[in-house]
Amino acid sequence: MNLVYYALQQLINALSIGSLYALMAVGLAMVFGILRLINFAHGDLMMIAAYFAAFALFANLPLPLAIGIMIVGTILVGLIMERVAYRPIRGAPDVAALLTSFAVGQILQNGTLLITRLLQKPSPLAFPVIGILSGVFAFGPITVPRVNVVSLIAGIVLLVLLSLFVTRSNLGLSMRAAAEDLHAAQLMGIDINRVIATAFAIGSGLAAVAALLYAVQAGQLTPYMGFTPVLKAFIAAVIGGFGTIAGAVVGGYALGALEVFLTAIPGIGDILPPGLVSPEVQTFLKTWLPGSLTSYRDAFVFVALILMLLFRPGGIVGRREREEMQ
Amino acid sequence: MTASFSWRRVGGPLAAILALSVVLTILQASGLAFWQGLFVNLGIFLILVLSLNLSNGFTGVFSLGHIGFMALGAYASAVLTLPLREKGDYLPNLPGWLAGVHFDFYLGPFPSGFLAATLIAAVFVSLIALLVGLVLMRLSGHFVAVATLGFLVIVRVVLFNADNFTRGSRTFSNVTPYTNLWWVWAWALLVLYIVWRIKRSSFGRAMLAQREDRWAAQSIGIAVMPPRLLAFVISAFFTAVAGSLYAHFITSFSPTVFYFDLTFRVITMLVVGGMGSVSGSVIGVILVVGLAELLRRIEDATLLYGISQIILAMIFIFIIVFRREGLLGQREIALDRWFERR
Repeated sequence: MNLVYYALQQLINALSIGSLYALMAVGLAMVFGILRLINFAHGDLMMIAAYFAAFALFANLPLPLAIGIMIVGTILVGLIMERVAYRPIRGAPDVAALLTSFAVGQILQNGTLLITRLLQKPSPLAFPVIGILSGVFAFGPITVPRVNVVSLIAGIVLLVLLSLFVTRSNLGLSMRAAAEDLHAAQLMGIDINRVIATAFAIGSGLAAVAALLYAVQAGQLTPYMGFTPVLKAFIAAVIGGFGTIAGAVVGGYALGALEVFLTAIPGIGDILPPGLVSPEVQTFLKTWLPGSLTSYRDAFVFVALILMLLFRPGGIVGRREREEMQ
Repeated sequence: MTASFSWRRVGGPLAAILALSVVLTILQASGLAFWQGLFVNLGIFLILVLSLNLSNGFTGVFSLGHIGFMALGAYASAVLTLPLREKGDYLPNLPGWLAGVHFDFYLGPFPSGFLAATLIAAVFVSLIALLVGLVLMRLSGHFVAVATLGFLVIVRVVLFNADNFTRGSRTFSNVTPYTNLWWVWAWALLVLYIVWRIKRSSFGRAMLAQREDRWAAQSIGIAVMPPRLLAFVISAFFTAVAGSLYAHFITSFSPTVFYFDLTFRVITMLVVGGMGSVSGSVIGVILVVGLAELLRRIEDATLLYGISQIILAMIFIFIIVFRREGLLGQREIALDRWFERR
């Protein structure tokens, strides 16, 4: 019976991590879909959002106002980033654009470092405790951290809103047209600059929400905290099908499930109730799937990415686009 | 076709080597630790950038994972040259066949053990590069960039967790300080020469051809995989050499050193100089190392920490926006043409 609770708990963990990855991956995928740009500075945008939230909360602003400031501030940074760095290199080769996004990331990281130093804040900076996001929910014997439940709900609500936006509104339709064929969309009279700015704005806003939830779980902020999340978001987007919003969402939840699986399975030999499997199987599990394997999780996730790139570059939902990859 | 030997052709390179030797001799004698350190750094970065140019610049398959090769080279050679007593203290769980190994042999005053350890580490890393390359060289564009970045992350995770070999996250220290100006610059000149020759060889032309247009290259019988793989493996070899030189220069390090900051630093040098240009790499290294040193001083004086990285990143964006090919593009400053009759 314990095993069922254990599995349920892991399922909720998977869905909540998946929501964060999906929120991040959608921003990457929208920009990639239109511009063929892998925007690695997306992770640093998330970092900036967490700092905005922290500083607003330090100033004792009420939570809704702090969240508002965080979202608006992050969207502004995202728009400035697009205007100053990415618009001049539109049409540049893939790799040049990718490297530019790394440089933008360096500027955001070191800018944050510089400002926090000047304000004499420590690094890492402890993220303020938010009452309604701390503690746990107890559903019978299962306890789940509140922030996980909120992540899950926030992720689903925002992603549903996004899908309504891209299918029902004019701007959303133009965005999908631009992702299909930028040049043709332009010929049809779509204002490309407006569409691209919208993609960056929505991506930044979603990243900001993900940042808040991520920061609550991590408990502390550093200027370099965006690197791992953006890598994960990228992996999620590739697994799902790069360049499409649906792919990013599917990939986000798939990656969440994969990670929780990779964390939960090693060490399973130690928690299986006696008598469920034969002793030989239990010894086998203990020998070959020791709990220490968990620390290799990120390595396995990247192996999954590389396998995906090689064997199904179109992703779970995507079309096969082998030609483009090689 | 046999090029006849001519003093006019050899004159330029010889003059450059002579000038460099004079500078190094003076530096060695001067005892100015700062300038010696700067020149060791220049040499190590030169090896890194030239190797990266061989794979990323010549073949156009953009790798972000080379610093992983450097890390593996550094750790592998350091484990081989670590004195037995330190080995017993620091790495008690080393498997038996490694625990008793200590490359401390000398040929007269020449520490041949260091050379052997560097070569073994580099061959080991090349084998890994061959395996990785067989899988990843099939991708291109930004997909190979991100897949190789994944390789960098995997190497980091492994280094952090393979406690028995690397001490995990703890500092790996007490490496014998073999590296000096002569070691670094001998290797740097060798790499410079080899990369230069490769660019002008048929393999080099194949690399450039499949980079420019793989369909056109394939249609005239130039395969895509062999030149890509060859460039990747050779460049991993020399990157590992740079790692070994670095390990025996800095003498204590941890996996955090070999990560994204260093990757980005090396790529900046490559892009500033011009991808595909050997002399561009030399110029890129000198400019960026010099500038970074200058900015570091400004940073120390003004206490505005982070400002130097911001300025370097801005210069990087400027180059990509206004001079995408880098300072030299594909061109070369050919030393062997200097004394030719016009």
